[in-house]
Amino acid sequence: MRELLANPVLVKEIKLRFRNMKSFTGLFFYLLVMGIFVFGFVYLTGSISGGGFFRPEESFILFTMLSFIQLGLILFITPGLTAGTISTEREKQTLNILLTTAQSSFQIIFGKLLSSIAFLLLLLLSGLPIYSMVFLYGGVSPGQMAVIFLFYFLTLLAIGSLGVMYSTVTRRTVVSMIATFSTMIFLTAVTGFFLILTVSLSSVAMGTGTSPLSYFWASINPAVVLMSLLEPSWNDEISRITGISLPLWVSYSFFYLLLFAGSLWLSVSKLRVNMNKYR
Amino acid sequence: MIEIKGLTKKYGSFYALKDLNLKIEEGTVFGFVGANGAGKSTTFSILATLLQPTAGEAWINGVSISQNPHEVRRQIGYMPDFFGVYDQLRAEEYLDFYGASYGLNPKQRMELIPKLLELVNLTNKRYDYVDLLSRGMKQRLCLARALIHNPSVLILDEPASGLDPRARVEMREILLELKAMGKTILISSHILPELAEMCDTLGVIDSGELIAHGSVQSIQEKLQNEKVIRVKIAGPLKVAVTFFENDPQVSRLTQIQDRQIVEFLYKGNDEDQLDLLRNAMATGLPILAFSEQETDLEDVFMEITKGAESL
Ligand SMILES: Nc1ncnc2c1ncn2[C@@H]1O[C@H](COP(=O)(O)OP(=O)(O)OP(=O)(O)O)[C@@H](O)[C@H]1O
Ligand SMILES: [Mg+2]
Repeated sequence: MRELLANPVLVKEIKLRFRNMKSFTGLFFYLLVMGIFVFGFVYLTGSISGGGFFRPEESFILFTMLSFIQLGLILFITPGLTAGTISTEREKQTLNILLTTAQSSFQIIFGKLLSSIAFLLLLLLSGLPIYSMVFLYGGVSPGQMAVIFLFYFLTLLAIGSLGVMYSTVTRRTVVSMIATFSTMIFLTAVTGFFLILTVSLSSVAMGTGTSPLSYFWASINPAVVLMSLLEPSWNDEISRITGISLPLWVSYSFFYLLLFAGSLWLSVSKLRVNMNKYR
Repeated sequence: MIEIKGLTKKYGSFYALKDLNLKIEEGTVFGFVGANGAGKSTTFSILATLLQPTAGEAWINGVSISQNPHEVRRQIGYMPDFFGVYDQLRAEEYLDFYGASYGLNPKQRMELIPKLLELVNLTNKRYDYVDLLSRGMKQRLCLARALIHNPSVLILDEPASGLDPRARVEMREILLELKAMGKTILISSHILPELAEMCDTLGVIDSGELIAHGSVQSIQEKLQNEKVIRVKIAGPLKVAVTFFENDPQVSRLTQIQDRQIVEFLYKGNDEDQLDLLRNAMATGLPILAFSEQETDLEDVFMEITKGAESL
């Protein structure tokens, strides 16, 4: 672990990122918006229901909304942070020198990935106090919150490594950005569309038949999986429709870990040219 | 020591580098000369493990570039012809980053950095942002960077390009200092005289092929058995041109119309040259001047590359 964190690329990039005032203003505004949102919600629901009460059900709604906002943040910011990591070095002509140093390809890729998602991790963690406001009102357990953060982390790693992978195999940052965003859109919107399509087709055609395909689309869609984590009854509903009782998060973890490992492996093997022409 | 055997790089059917064979002894400076697009950077990129060769092999201090590129990277300090620097990084941090990239610990880095900055005369720029340094300074900083892991072999692709005359002299002095430290240096340029003074051996490359190789002197001698003769004529050039072109030892005749001059390469010895002049006078050519031109390395280079092009 110390080996991993004593990574020259990681150290340098983090130093550069946090030297930049932009990072802090970004963080500040994020917390400000989150804070206003939470307090506004509490204040408004309290005044609507009268008597200044904030009930557990309302607390749960707030929690759900916050969770989706953060998921959206992860899905939309991660591609932008990672899809340029290698290709901008190529465009700025600093990559050649970096590749002739004694760092292993894994070290370089890993350092790039971690340093670029570090900012988002910080964003998520710094929002934790505001987020945990909802504990005060009940309706959500700390355990549930931990699970959701693990889910965020996995999603972040998978999309992030996908961005780094595209950045490694394409020559230009623009192309890499487009590819990463497209994949992200595919994983969220397109899978959602297919899910609705397969579900409605199967129920129309066969009444209460099973539909493994819908299960697949549901299990790789971050929004659906997040919902199933927030509201476990969704799992039952999904297994009733699809006939597969494996919880969604298990398949999700498997798929996104695979995505993460595959992208990482591809980036590492494509970063440098293969000098051995006989292999 | 560097050994290169049959190194070839093809792009489609185009040979950027064709069957290069070279041996560069330890502690010597090898100059690689060639016109634009000759294949210098291609060769250096392959040696720096950045480009996969189509065929052939090379060894740096006995380590194969294809079998053990990781170890090769530790043995070489590479300076590309074009390179960028990171924004918002100070000269000191720049060197520190690369030091860490070679696994040096912080203490070693802090000891080395002032010495390296001193070597390349950038001590007063230690806390300046690298992207704001002048081109010449960036170039010197990049050289310092290439030295941070104390490599025994330096591969420098046109380190003096884009520098003003003064900076060129400074760069040369730094390189001589490195040579004195016993480093094996490969340096490329398309300006031959610049290299001739500090190189032990030279290689001339054209269109991907090594067309001359050896000591600076031997290359000069090899190419100087042809001399350039310039004749000034009073009157129309046409007769003179036909006369000289008829001599089998004359080649590449050019005319400078407005100055009444014909110039050509002459292969013959002094006796032949005397005969040529006598015959010319006997034919009644109105010769005002007949002189042998001084050739320097620049001309030699121009000659070699011109010759290879017409093959
Ligand atoms: N990726 C590529 N695809 C096709 N041709 C290439 C590629 N890279 C280089 N070449 C060709 O290979 C040849 C050698 O290029 P190289 O950069 O080695 O020349 P050079 O001797 O370094 O020239 P210069 O003095 O301009 O730096 C050139 O003709 C160039 O056009
Ligand atoms: Mg070049």
